[in-house]
Amino acid sequence: MSAPLDLPKWADTILVPAISVVAAFLVAGLVVLAIGENPLTATRWLLLGSLGTGEGLGFTLFYMTDFIFVGLAVAVAYHAGLFNIGGEGQATLAGFGIALVLNNLTFLPGFLLIPLGILGAAAFGALWAAIPGYLQAKRGSHIVITTIMFNWLASVLLVYLLVNVLREPQSMNPETRAFPDASHIPYMHDVFAAFGIEIPNSQLNLTLVLALAASYCVWLLIYRSRLGYAIRVVGSNPSAAVYAGISPARIIIIAMVISGALAGGLAVNELMGYQHRLLLEFTSGYGFVGIAVALMGRAHPVGIILASLLFGILYQGGAELAFEQPAITRDMVVVIGGIIILFAGALDGLFRRLVAHLFARQKLARA
Amino acid sequence: MSPAIELIAINKSFGAVHANKDVNLSVARGTIHGVVGENGAGKSTLMSILYGFYEADSGEIRVNGKPIAIRSPIDAICAGIGMVHQHFMLVEPLSVVENVMLGAEGGAMLRVGEAKVRAELARLAKDYGLEIDVDATVGDLSVGLQQRVEILKALYRGADILILDEPTAVLTPAEADALFGLLRSLKEQGKTVILITHKLREIMAITDRVSVMRRGEMVATVETANTSPPELAELMVGRRVLLRVEKDEKTPGAPLLEVDNLSVVDSRGVLRVASASFTVRAGEIVGIAGVAGNGQSELLEAIAGMRQPVLGSIRLEGKAIHSSEHNPHRMRQLGLLHVPEDRLRTGLVPAFPAFESAILGFSDEPHLGRGPILDHDRLIADLAQKMEQYDVRPPAPRLKSSKFSGGNQQKIVLAREIERNPKVLLVGQPTRGVDIGAIEFIHRRLIALRDSGVAILLVSVELDEIMNLSDRILTMCGGKITGERKASQTNEQELGLLMAGVVDEAA
Repeated sequence: MSAPLDLPKWADTILVPAISVVAAFLVAGLVVLAIGENPLTATRWLLLGSLGTGEGLGFTLFYMTDFIFVGLAVAVAYHAGLFNIGGEGQATLAGFGIALVLNNLTFLPGFLLIPLGILGAAAFGALWAAIPGYLQAKRGSHIVITTIMFNWLASVLLVYLLVNVLREPQSMNPETRAFPDASHIPYMHDVFAAFGIEIPNSQLNLTLVLALAASYCVWLLIYRSRLGYAIRVVGSNPSAAVYAGISPARIIIIAMVISGALAGGLAVNELMGYQHRLLLEFTSGYGFVGIAVALMGRAHPVGIILASLLFGILYQGGAELAFEQPAITRDMVVVIGGIIILFAGALDGLFRRLVAHLFARQKLARA
Repeated sequence: MSPAIELIAINKSFGAVHANKDVNLSVARGTIHGVVGENGAGKSTLMSILYGFYEADSGEIRVNGKPIAIRSPIDAICAGIGMVHQHFMLVEPLSVVENVMLGAEGGAMLRVGEAKVRAELARLAKDYGLEIDVDATVGDLSVGLQQRVEILKALYRGADILILDEPTAVLTPAEADALFGLLRSLKEQGKTVILITHKLREIMAITDRVSVMRRGEMVATVETANTSPPELAELMVGRRVLLRVEKDEKTPGAPLLEVDNLSVVDSRGVLRVASASFTVRAGEIVGIAGVAGNGQSELLEAIAGMRQPVLGSIRLEGKAIHSSEHNPHRMRQLGLLHVPEDRLRTGLVPAFPAFESAILGFSDEPHLGRGPILDHDRLIADLAQKMEQYDVRPPAPRLKSSKFSGGNQQKIVLAREIERNPKVLLVGQPTRGVDIGAIEFIHRRLIALRDSGVAILLVSVELDEIMNLSDRILTMCGGKITGERKASQTNEQELGLLMAGVVDEAA
C-alpha cells in the first residue's frame, strides 16, 4: 500500500498546481541562467509583457480564450476516459465550417450570422471528433492513435481546400476571402468604447465571454447533469456502466461530439474574433496546449480557466520576452512552456504524493 | 523451547488509521496457529509486517527467540518465513518448475538451477505428500494445485514458518480438506503454520491455538479446544452475534423468474453457462452453490441483461423477455434488480461520492432531478435517510464510496436495490468481505425481503451462507447445473460432491 493520496480539496486544486508552477519556473530559471541571461529580468519581462500593460493583458486574455476552449474539449473527453489528442484537427475543421457558413450566407444580418458561424464551428468540430469516437466505440481503434491521424488529415485537407477550392482566384495567398463585416465578433475595446470606457486595443473579443459561459455549461454538464453522470461512470468504471445499463459506446461517441464542438471554440476566437478569414495553420498548435491545460486544471472548469490564464501569460509574456531579450529566442520560450507542461502534467503526481505525505505526517503529529 | 514467531508491541499507522496497536503474538513451533478478525481488524497488516511488505512503526519481531529486522520479503525468506497469498503470485504460462525457480534461478544459465529444483521438488513430494506434475503448465492446473505450487515455492525457499492468507476462499470443500491434510503433515514434520481466515469452521477444524484481532488490537489468544465459534465471533465483533438467521418455512408463490435452457459464452468464446434451466418463485430464495469461476457470475450477468445469452430464454412474471429488451435498463424497469458480485468493480463507482453511487443504474429516474439536471440535495437527503435505516457508518452521503468499509459499501448497494421494491432480486456474494456484524444484518434483510414475496436468486461461494439462507439449492460446476436440493434435506458433503461435478443420480 502506498501512502494515502487524500488531500484537502484546496490543497489538491490550488496548492499542488502552484507548487508545480513554482518548480517549473525554478527549473526554467536555471535554463535561462545556463544561456547567460538573468532569470529575474526574464521573469520581469514575462510578467510585464503579459499583465503589466492593458494591451499585453488583452493579448493574454485572447490566448486564454483559445486555451479555455481546447482545455474544456480535452476535459470532457477525459471524464469519459478518453484522451482526445485531436483538438488541433477538430479546430481546423471548425474553421472550415465557419468559412462555409459565413461566406455563403453573406446576406444575413450579424445577429443571425454570428450564432450560425459558431454553430458551424461546433458542428464541424463535433463531426471531426465523432469519427474517431465512433471508431473507438464500435471498432476498438484507439482514440489516441485515430485523433492524431485526424490532426494530419485535417491539416492536409485544409491545405487542399485553401489552395484548390476556397482561395480567391486573384489571390496568391492560400486563404479565403474576408468574412462579411457583420459576422465579426466585436472586439472588447469596441464593446467597452460603446459604454464610454476606453481600454487599449487588442485582439481580445467577446468570444472570451462565450468561453466563460462554456466553462459554466461544462461544469453543469459534467457534475450536475444525468448525461455527465453517465459520462463519468463510463470514464471511471466501465463495467459499472454496463451494470447500470449505460452503453459505453454511446457515451463515448457523445462525449467526443461535445469535445469536438468545444474545440471548435478555438476557431471561433481566432477566425471570427480576429483573423476574419480562413487561413492555414490558424490553430498554431494550441490544440495540443489544451492537453496540458486540462491536465493542470484537473479536468475541472475552474482549474482550466486558471491554467488557461497561466498559459496565456506564458504565450503573451513569452513573445514580449523574446522581443526584449533577443538571447532568449521564441524557441527558448517554447522550452520554458515545455518545462511547465512537464511539471504540471507529467510530474504532477510527484508533488501530489509529497504534499499528501506531509499532510499525513502533520495529521499524525496532531493526533 | 522459544516460540517460532514472537511479535512484541507492534504498531503501524497509515495516515490517521492505526492499523496495529501494540499487537503481541506468539506462535509456538510445530503448531497451526489461526488468526481471525473482521475485515480491517489488522490481520493482513500484521502479516505484511511479518513478511516484510511494511515496516512496523515500532515493536520487535523475534524468530526462534532471536530479534531480527525484516525490511523486505527477502529478509523474511532468509529468516525462514514463507507466505501463500490469497491471490496467487504465479506466472500462468510457465511450468511448475519454472514458477518455483522464479527469483531463485541460481545463475544466468537455467540448467543447473533447474536440476536442483527438480531434485528438491521430488524430495518435498516424498516428505510431505506434495505430489505434482512438475512439467505441467501452471495455467492448466486446478486452483487447488496452483495453491500447492505456491506452497512448494515457499518450502523450496526453505520456509519453516508458513503464512496462509485466506487459503480456502477459492477451493471446493474437498480441495480444502486436502489442504488441511497437507497442513497437518507439515505440522508433523515440525513446520509452523499461521492461518489467516474469517471462517470459524476452519479455525475449529485445524488450528491448535487461535488469536483474535479487533480494530487493530489483539483481543485474545486461546486454545482452540477451549473455545467455540460463538465465543470467537463475539470476540471478533465485540458483541453477541447470531451466526444463523432464523427463518420460517414458507410455501413459495407463483414463478416470477423462469430461466429456460440458457447458454452463455464469454468474450473469448468459451462456453460459461451450458443450458441452465430453473425457476425462482415469489417468496423463495434459490441459492446457487459452486466454486468460484464455474459460471455463476456469467449466469447472473446474463439474467440481468449485462451479457447476451447465445441460447435460451428467460421469463419474468410469466412474460417472455424478448432479446431486444433484454438489457440492464429494461430489466430494472420490469422489476428485476441486481446486487452484483463485485461491489468495487461493478456495484458502485469508487471515485464517486456515496450519494452518486447510490443512484447507479437509476440516474434516469425522473424524480431524481429536474429535466436533464440531477438534484444533488435530494440525492443526499435520500441517501442520508437510507443510511440511517441500514445503519451505514459513517452516515456521510458525501464521503467517497471507496472510503466506506466493505460491509458499509454493501449496505449502500443493498439499500439502493432493495428500497426500489424489486419483484425479482439477483444477489451475488452479498457478504464477501463483509464484517460478521454486517453479515447478520444483510441476511436478515434478505430473509425479510423473501417473506414479503420477492423472488431471490442468490449466488455465493460461501456454502454456509447458501445453506443458511436458501429454500432450494442448485449446484453449478463447469457451467452446468449439476443438482437441485431442498435446503432442509441436504448437507455439506452432498453439496460438495455436486459442486465437484459428480453427476446427480436423482436427476
